[in-house]
Amino acid sequence: MNDGVAPVLDVRDLKVVFRTRGGEVHAVNSVSFDLRPGELLGVVGESGSGKSVTMMSLIGLLPSPPAEIRSGQVMFGGRDILKVNARELRRLRGREIGFIFQDPMTSLNPVFTVGFQIMEPLRRHMGLKPEAARTRAAELLDLVGIPDARRRLKDFPHQFSGGMRQRVMIAMALACDPKVLIADEPTTALDVTIQAQILELVKDLRQKLGMAIVWITHDLGVIAGIADRVMVMYGGQVVEQAPVRALFADPRHPYTRALLETVPSVRGERAPKLKVIEGQPPLLGAHPSACPFRFRCDKAHGLCEQENPRRRPVGAPGHDVACHWDAPAVREAAHG
Amino acid sequence: MLNYTIRRLVMAVPTVIIISLLIFLLLDLAPGDPTAQLPLTIPNEVREEIRLALGLGEPVMVRYVRWLQMMVVNEPLHALASVTGWENLRPDGQRILSWQSRSPVGDIIAQRIPQTLWVVGMGYLFGILIALPIGIISAYKQYSWFDQIGTFISMVGFSVPVFFTGVVLILVFSVWLGWFPSMYDTTLRVTDWDSFMRQVRQMVLPVSVLALFNAAQISRFMRASMLDNLNQDYVRTARAKGLRENTVVMVHVLRNSMIPVVTVIALGVPAVFSGAIITETIFRVNGLGALLINAIYASDIPMVQTLTFIFAVLIVLFNLIADVIYGILDPRIRYD
Repeated sequence: MNDGVAPVLDVRDLKVVFRTRGGEVHAVNSVSFDLRPGELLGVVGESGSGKSVTMMSLIGLLPSPPAEIRSGQVMFGGRDILKVNARELRRLRGREIGFIFQDPMTSLNPVFTVGFQIMEPLRRHMGLKPEAARTRAAELLDLVGIPDARRRLKDFPHQFSGGMRQRVMIAMALACDPKVLIADEPTTALDVTIQAQILELVKDLRQKLGMAIVWITHDLGVIAGIADRVMVMYGGQVVEQAPVRALFADPRHPYTRALLETVPSVRGERAPKLKVIEGQPPLLGAHPSACPFRFRCDKAHGLCEQENPRRRPVGAPGHDVACHWDAPAVREAAHG
Repeated sequence: MLNYTIRRLVMAVPTVIIISLLIFLLLDLAPGDPTAQLPLTIPNEVREEIRLALGLGEPVMVRYVRWLQMMVVNEPLHALASVTGWENLRPDGQRILSWQSRSPVGDIIAQRIPQTLWVVGMGYLFGILIALPIGIISAYKQYSWFDQIGTFISMVGFSVPVFFTGVVLILVFSVWLGWFPSMYDTTLRVTDWDSFMRQVRQMVLPVSVLALFNAAQISRFMRASMLDNLNQDYVRTARAKGLRENTVVMVHVLRNSMIPVVTVIALGVPAVFSGAIITETIFRVNGLGALLINAIYASDIPMVQTLTFIFAVLIVLFNLIADVIYGILDPRIRYD
């Protein structure tokens, strides 16, 4: 499965629980995945499927309480980063793992200049002197395509447009040349043309800098355009994982299929109504003992009620799926 | 910014003139007679002459213009001459006379200002110094025991009137324990260490009463403002950059949280000058508050007019200062 290359990030059996007044919410349930060097892993799923929570829990960005990491192992650079102390964790953040957030309008501090904010990690992690940090910050702004970089360092976030601010966020995340970049819906708050520019920028930077990227989104179009591999999440679990071509050509999980069907076609005759997946996402009140998608699944049967399916390989190499869809047939074949 | 400040100062002039007119006219409507406190043996004709000598025979607008002239030209020049010692600055014209003491109100006020600034000003200063850390910690550790106790003390400090806390403190620390004097001795001159300590001891109780009250209010503002900012996206960004928690809170969050709090603090400064009437009365501090209240009782209209006008000017001035500080702290606000 990992082609002989050691993954930069290897997540095993991660469980995250939020303790709330109404009881525990099992936001992430036994999520396992890995990220290979230089790879772009797309993570898709609807709101509340645990995409962002999974990624934020990796570097301890979830507020605790209420969040609590119940179990799991996150191997990065040869050790389990869920177990390192707070100081080590801070060194990892920004230095080794960069993060880009969804809304560039609110993710930058409004009262500090863009230069100050980009220079912060440089001075903290690389120990650069102010002048060196400023030069590097200007280079970074230049790298992400902001013209007149040196002068713009003195500007405040409100003097930039939305797309430009997201470029600043990217520059900040890349400041210390991280091995992994986690982008949490970085283009969701931007309009389509700006979105395309940011996608081009990230593709470009990935080629230049060669870091591995986790790209969280709920836009399948974006994923098809940039990802090498896709992980589909539902109800706090990974339900399907495949190389991008295999996923789009041969989706196996009923949820993935339904997701792909909801994408409106721009060719041919327009459908009278947009397709939707009927029903609501599951409430994650208890640890799931059954398939979380069974209520909305048109292929659900008895076994789906009794057992939460585990991921197992299907089709192309690297393609695995957590579903019981062929279980009756398999059983019949075994018995018959 | 400088342009804006100058423009605002110029615009403040008509505001202040209108306020002065309102104050003068309203107080002129109040019943009261400058000769009321003189012995009953003085015949009515003499009383009439006294009134005429005080300029009360003139029409109200004439009296207003003369008062304004004395208020904004003569009195400030006298004050300047006394402070700098340049006697040739001293104007020859009439000064505003108190009906009670027949001496210039400017001189009386000048005698009273130091006590008020020392006691009430210290009360405000200590209140701020206590309130800011309490507000910051309460917000950062929301619902912790520290926050609960802080909230309780704030509630007590804010809702229990100063005449009650003042009397309780006198009872405990002056009567029972005998640590501090219950009365403020205005005649005390600080000349050596001993008299300095006596000055400190007599300030402790009134300053504590005022500090508690002010701290209660400002700490609530600080806490609310910090809470607003702690959940902002830019805080998560700062953490994701790997900054120390101290830097995140004391640089990123605090700078944003101070914006509304500084405004509140600046707007509270004129209240320091107007004295804390109740506290000054309880501890026998003969400051501006006590002066105003006595002047009102004695129908000393010129004194009341002058004091009210000074407070009005201070309020206009500190409003302006608050706006300017706001512009300095928040780069999104630019006035030009």
